[in-house]
Amino acid sequence: MSKRIEAIDLNVYYGNFLAVEGVNINIEPRSVTAFIGPSGCGKTTFLRTINRMHEVLPGARAEGRLLLDGEDVYATGVDPVTVRTQVGMVFQRPNPFPTMSIRDNILAGHKLNGARMSRSEADGIVEKSLRGANLWNEVKDRLDKPGSGLSGGQQQRLCIARSIAVEPDVILMDEPCSALDPISTLAIEDLINELKNEFTVVIVTHNMQQAARVADKTAFFNIAGTGKPGKLIEYDETSVIFNNPANKQTEDYVSGRFG
Amino acid sequence: MTETATEPAKRSSLTASRGGAAGDKVFSGLALAAGVIILMVLAFVAIFLVVESLPALWPEVFSDEESIESADTFWQYVWPLMAGTLIASIIAILLATPVAVGIALYISHYAPKSVATPVGYVIDLLAAIPSVVFGAWGMTTLAGGVVPLYKWLHEYLGWIPLFGGDAGNTGRALLTSAIVLAVMILPIITSLCREIFIQTPKLHEEAALALGATRWEMIRMTVFPFARAGIISSIMLGLGRALGETMAVTLVLSPGIFSWSIITSGRNATIPSEIALNFPEAFGMRQSELIAAGLMLFIITLVVNMIARWIVNRHKEFSGAN
Repeated sequence: MSKRIEAIDLNVYYGNFLAVEGVNINIEPRSVTAFIGPSGCGKTTFLRTINRMHEVLPGARAEGRLLLDGEDVYATGVDPVTVRTQVGMVFQRPNPFPTMSIRDNILAGHKLNGARMSRSEADGIVEKSLRGANLWNEVKDRLDKPGSGLSGGQQQRLCIARSIAVEPDVILMDEPCSALDPISTLAIEDLINELKNEFTVVIVTHNMQQAARVADKTAFFNIAGTGKPGKLIEYDETSVIFNNPANKQTEDYVSGRFG
Repeated sequence: MTETATEPAKRSSLTASRGGAAGDKVFSGLALAAGVIILMVLAFVAIFLVVESLPALWPEVFSDEESIESADTFWQYVWPLMAGTLIASIIAILLATPVAVGIALYISHYAPKSVATPVGYVIDLLAAIPSVVFGAWGMTTLAGGVVPLYKWLHEYLGWIPLFGGDAGNTGRALLTSAIVLAVMILPIITSLCREIFIQTPKLHEEAALALGATRWEMIRMTVFPFARAGIISSIMLGLGRALGETMAVTLVLSPGIFSWSIITSGRNATIPSEIALNFPEAFGMRQSELIAAGLMLFIITLVVNMIARWIVNRHKEFSGAN
């Protein structure tokens, strides 16, 4: 399954502070979309509104509409918990559950959903998810060891495996490679290319080469100054954003001239 | 530094000590001294207890008398006291732990800040109340208040040995002491648990939430496993205080011989209150008996702490410390 994401006039607030203003975007299913922009421009904030994770912070809220295949995530009666089972998330730093084995990390989402499964079904899910995250061969002999014993890159792939195990429609990635070395980064980027066959992938990145390598479309966010809200400046095919952007701000940013 | 560079023949820049190295030595000396002092104090206490208890432990060898005063053998004398102490403390822990963990969770993860801070202060204030005040409250207010409850327990649950005895009219029974102890150790467990719950990495909490966990599921997946060792330690600290608590129990409990019934007045006693009640008038063999009872309490506490360590270490690999 894979769903289309549409934001319509979406504003995000922290208390009274308007953090992101007026986002309109239409993200195709089975594609990789990268969000780029300077720090504090609201790309992570907007990403976290897609699975309502920003609500974890007290006082954070969103106004406007955010549709997953036409269904409003912010409609009354929608439980954020349900949204998050359909929209998986991978974080900036790898965060496998340290008290769980590799196997239990993968099955954590299923256990939450209250699924009762046989040993062989569970084994199947573990293997499929780990293969999907290109991690199976490295960990198949130590599934009962804690996930925190893996290297950083392996831990991040374990987190990706954990989120794809519950077969979400969308996978959000918040700078997934920023804590990783170049080789682990490459492994994750290869994985992202494979993930788009099944999922809608949205990735926030500070690394413009990474956006150019993995994304079909790229969205550029910018901020007018401190205390001003972040805005979506331009959203287009990745090649257009990097080679022939329509907006002057985008051109300055991707060519390394800030201002 | 420039001086050493201009006169290379005299001093190597590598062997020259940097300013501040002396402070490092002083500090490591202080830390070592502190560690040694703790061990020495502990050793002296243990030696004192053992030496002073010997006449009661082996009267034939270490005293002029044939046996101890209060009973035929020391074990006959001490086991009811040990049982009373353990029963009261364990009931106190059973009563206090769920409440304490609940309050700590409420403060750390549920309450808005405007509520959590004052509640936290009230809990800390509870820890500052002297135990004699708790004892007086238990004796005057609580003991009278629990009588109807004890009567009810005896009538409907009397088939359980714990509620088998007659409830009486004063309520000054072991269960009342245990309730007072529970109130006393509640703030210790609560504030320690809260400290640890707050330290749960945000990253792990968000990992659980992003998988679609409700808040309670998030707490079970991340907060409890993370805080496990800390919860056990806080319970053990509370247990240590309950085991050694003297004044509150002495005031509340009207002591007597051992009985399984914890709702009957004039039954059971604990080691600390036994010592407190009798020590001022004791001499000779009686004094040795009491000190030997203290030694038993010392050993119980030691064993409790060792069990706690063992539990904490058993799951080290999965503790999240790596």
